[in-house]
Amino acid sequence: MNSLLRILGHLEGPQTVGRGPLFWALFAVALVAACAYPAFSDGYTVGNTVYFFTWVFIALSLCLIWGYGGSLSFGQTAFFGIAGYGYGILTINYGSAYGFTLVAMLLAIAVAALFALLLGYFMFFGRISGVFLGIVTLAVTLMLERFMAQTAGPEWHVGTARLNGFNGMSGMPPITIPWPGGSIVLFADIGLYYFVLGLLVLVYLGLRILMNSAFGNVVVAIRENPERAEMLGYDVRKYQLITFVIGAALAGTSGVLYTAWGQYITPSSMGMTAAALPLIWVAVGGRSDLTSTLVGTLTVLLVFQALTIYGSQYALVCMGLLLVLTVLLAPNGLVLGLMRLLARLSPSRRTGGV
Amino acid sequence: MPLLEISRLNKHFGGLHVTNSVDLALEAGEIHCLIGPNGAGKSTLFRLILGEYQPGSGHIFFAGENVTPLKSFARIHRGLSVKFQVPGVFKGLSVRQNLEIAAQRLHHGAELDGEIDRLLDFLGLADAQAQLAGNLSHGQKQWLEIGMAVSLKPRLLLLDEPTAGMSPEETHATGAMVQRLNAEGMTVLAIEHDMAFVRQVAQRVTVLHLGQVFAQGSIDQIVADERVAAIYLGQAHA
Repeated sequence: MNSLLRILGHLEGPQTVGRGPLFWALFAVALVAACAYPAFSDGYTVGNTVYFFTWVFIALSLCLIWGYGGSLSFGQTAFFGIAGYGYGILTINYGSAYGFTLVAMLLAIAVAALFALLLGYFMFFGRISGVFLGIVTLAVTLMLERFMAQTAGPEWHVGTARLNGFNGMSGMPPITIPWPGGSIVLFADIGLYYFVLGLLVLVYLGLRILMNSAFGNVVVAIRENPERAEMLGYDVRKYQLITFVIGAALAGTSGVLYTAWGQYITPSSMGMTAAALPLIWVAVGGRSDLTSTLVGTLTVLLVFQALTIYGSQYALVCMGLLLVLTVLLAPNGLVLGLMRLLARLSPSRRTGGV
Repeated sequence: MPLLEISRLNKHFGGLHVTNSVDLALEAGEIHCLIGPNGAGKSTLFRLILGEYQPGSGHIFFAGENVTPLKSFARIHRGLSVKFQVPGVFKGLSVRQNLEIAAQRLHHGAELDGEIDRLLDFLGLADAQAQLAGNLSHGQKQWLEIGMAVSLKPRLLLLDEPTAGMSPEETHATGAMVQRLNAEGMTVLAIEHDMAFVRQVAQRVTVLHLGQVFAQGSIDQIVADERVAAIYLGQAHA
């Protein structure tokens, strides 16, 4: 009981912005609003919102590795793609009966994490850091994109699943939950919405606890000064590797949910543009805080979609501009800057503040 | 048996012998100061002891164990701890969090909070605990890092210029701090240029010159040694 309280106590801490009754009241309001939202909307719009939610996981993965850990990974999309294709290959071959889609989801994420373990081992135990880490991870995701792009021929298949080159893989079943009296198929509307929302809340709270724990302390210490962290007795490489693997699993979660959402995945989801976009969401929101990343990513995605609809060819240019402006005006992120400002103005500051 | 025993340690960068067949033995419980002109190889010797550099040849024994092949973090686990020359505090984190990160390996739960409070008192930083470590004065940063190093409860504490940039009062306070730690049983090896500090704390002094042990003895013996004065003066005239 005591240890449970201790763990829940880590929901607040120095590594996460937002604490006290006011913050959690806002959190509860946001959660209730999110739960009630489908009742006031139509299936298509709700499905579109799920699309936004699926990207938050890869944004959080970058927040963890880059914002907290200080290692810039430019290739989170590699894990996104591996898990997405993994889910497709598994479910096309073995179907969706007996809740297999859920197993396939976990297996696909595990494969992405395993790949990250291998790649991360060579990077971190080879003491690759700084800009070189970004170069290696970017090279890996571009390589995977190139590879998948040339799999158009019929000889490229895994079991009954055709890889289909640039056209992408499609036709995999949506996530299906076995239920007495008929399985629940989570098509891209209300059902999937609650599933992804639930997962998002769990991951968000789980990461808050993780980052405020002793583990999170060391991750942040390595970002601040790896030599000092090592000389306090921490095996820096091990902590970097674990963070990287957790991040890959989160990016993989995005990949699986995206694939299940659209029943579709293509090589371009691992390409240059796809790899760069999460960096922009995270940088604009505030990479060193989970809440800022979450809010920032959803906001930027919403704006980006509106831009695509009303001025398609300028959408990406605007994204670039947004990144440049953020770096110049609020290098720690716009949302994070705003939240710090609010915290400074609020009376809770006297009891420790943010 | 000495706590730290360095035997025939060599390190060279290209043709430059930074550490040339150094032998050094540290007895448990002593405060030992390492002095010598710039470029004598003092900081390199620290990095070798800590495992940041691998020696070309020679061995380092700690508490009877050959630690030469061990990684840095593993040597810290054996009971070594260090304060760097340039303060290595986590600048973007609060003073309290700096100490928490250091102390959390040995302490947990409520006991950890108590240990951090004790350290804050010891360092005289209790009022500054919520500040970012990067905003501390230079002297306070040095103390904070000493506190972080001490929180590991090391058997041997390595201090690289602990009083650099401090006023005479701060230097004296640091000396008193080191003596208190030593009285609790901690062995200390300090690199220091400030002779007032060396005179205050050192029980034995080793002079390093051009990567070799040049002289060793009590502070009075070293000060009286004309050859030691010559290498310092020689450097001043160079």
